[in-house]
Amino acid sequence: MSRQLLNARRLLCPLPVIRTQDKVKQMQPGDQLEIICTDPGVMQDIPAWCRINGHTVLATDTQTGEYRIILQVGDNG
Amino acid sequence: MAQQKKAVALISGGLDSMLAAKTIMEQGIQVEGLNFFTGFCVEGHTHAIRQKEGVRPKRNNALWVAEQLGIKLHIVDVIEEYKTVLINPKHGYGANLNPCLDCKIFMVNKAGQWLKENNFDFIITGEVIGQRPMSQRKQTMPIIARESGADDVLLRPLCAKNLPETLPEREGWVDRSKLHGFSGRSRKPQMELAQRFGFDDYAQPAGGCCFLTDAAYSSKLVDLWQNRGHKNYELDDVMLLKVGRHIRPKAHFKLIVSREEGEDRFLQGYKNDFISLFCTSHNGPLTLIDGTPNAEDLTLAGQITARYGQGRGAEQVDLRVRFPDGREKTLQVKPLTPEQMPKEWFV
Ligand code: SF4
Repeated sequence: MSRQLLNARRLLCPLPVIRTQDKVKQMQPGDQLEIICTDPGVMQDIPAWCRINGHTVLATDTQTGEYRIILQVGDNG
Repeated sequence: MAQQKKAVALISGGLDSMLAAKTIMEQGIQVEGLNFFTGFCVEGHTHAIRQKEGVRPKRNNALWVAEQLGIKLHIVDVIEEYKTVLINPKHGYGANLNPCLDCKIFMVNKAGQWLKENNFDFIITGEVIGQRPMSQRKQTMPIIARESGADDVLLRPLCAKNLPETLPEREGWVDRSKLHGFSGRSRKPQMELAQRFGFDDYAQPAGGCCFLTDAAYSSKLVDLWQNRGHKNYELDDVMLLKVGRHIRPKAHFKLIVSREEGEDRFLQGYKNDFISLFCTSHNGPLTLIDGTPNAEDLTLAGQITARYGQGRGAEQVDLRVRFPDGREKTLQVKPLTPEQMPKEWFV
């Protein structure tokens, strides 16, 4: 299992979702991806994208003024 | 048993593509969605810019539709490729800068590429004959099919009965009798079908799926092209045209003045790319200057910026000018009055 980081700061939705999607395509089931964004829209869009595509949101965090989401790649990733 | 057939649906986030996908899913076809991000889509980032504190960000309708349908959605970044469609559309523009027919051809063509790469069998769209004046006319349907290269692997479930048979119908993958024969501008058949499928709360975009159908947006883009002397653009240009008041007092520079806090924050992100101005003696907007202003122009820009701040009635307003390299200077100006700002300045 690997853990990777995606810097999606300054990108506005749906670009963070697109970058997440493209990154996840290169990852293996069970791998984790941490995404850091500045657009609050990701808190809605990335979990929705995960639900549709069978990935799991492990944690979200907004404390630093940025938006951080950690997801785990699903079996059909 | 015959192998299950697979269709890729163009999902805009609106009702029609949602109904088209559902109609085909009902026939036991596996459907996945494709959504193209051109940079001009109504979905997404504008909501984020004019975001009031504490208000829930708006959902992305394409994702929402996919979730309602229970299908996968692939969002594709076509910002770069889309430039050729917008800059030089073979079939011209619609009422504003919307190159709808070329855009449809482009998207169906991209869907065709995706189809081959992913071993899917046919493409579906939510088009309805006569629904939109430019791209959804009876004559344009075959043009889209032909010029996109999709030909008869392109099925429009909502109006298929008014069109010649396509491959999925001929091969018996889908039952033509269960497709629809919608036509014209009425939305009633769509509403009824939505009700039958139990869909509510769906998005109903008024003009179209993108900003290019918007007259105010289009005139800003025309202004940008005219004053730059070429039609090329970057994603940042596209985004900045959605934000703030655009005021061009002279041909060689334009002001982008924030209208509220969300825009203010958004424009802050461009301070290293543009000259920026803000009031220091009063509350006021943040202004970016696009172009090559001289010292006198900067004073005028200060007067305009001050006119939109709380010091608009004051004798003197202090401002700070910041250059992209970090240098700063101060300005003292008397704000312009609304009467001193000719209508032609507003882009
Ligand atoms: S409204 Fe915009 S996205 Fe929709 S077909 Fe026309 S140009 Fe394309």
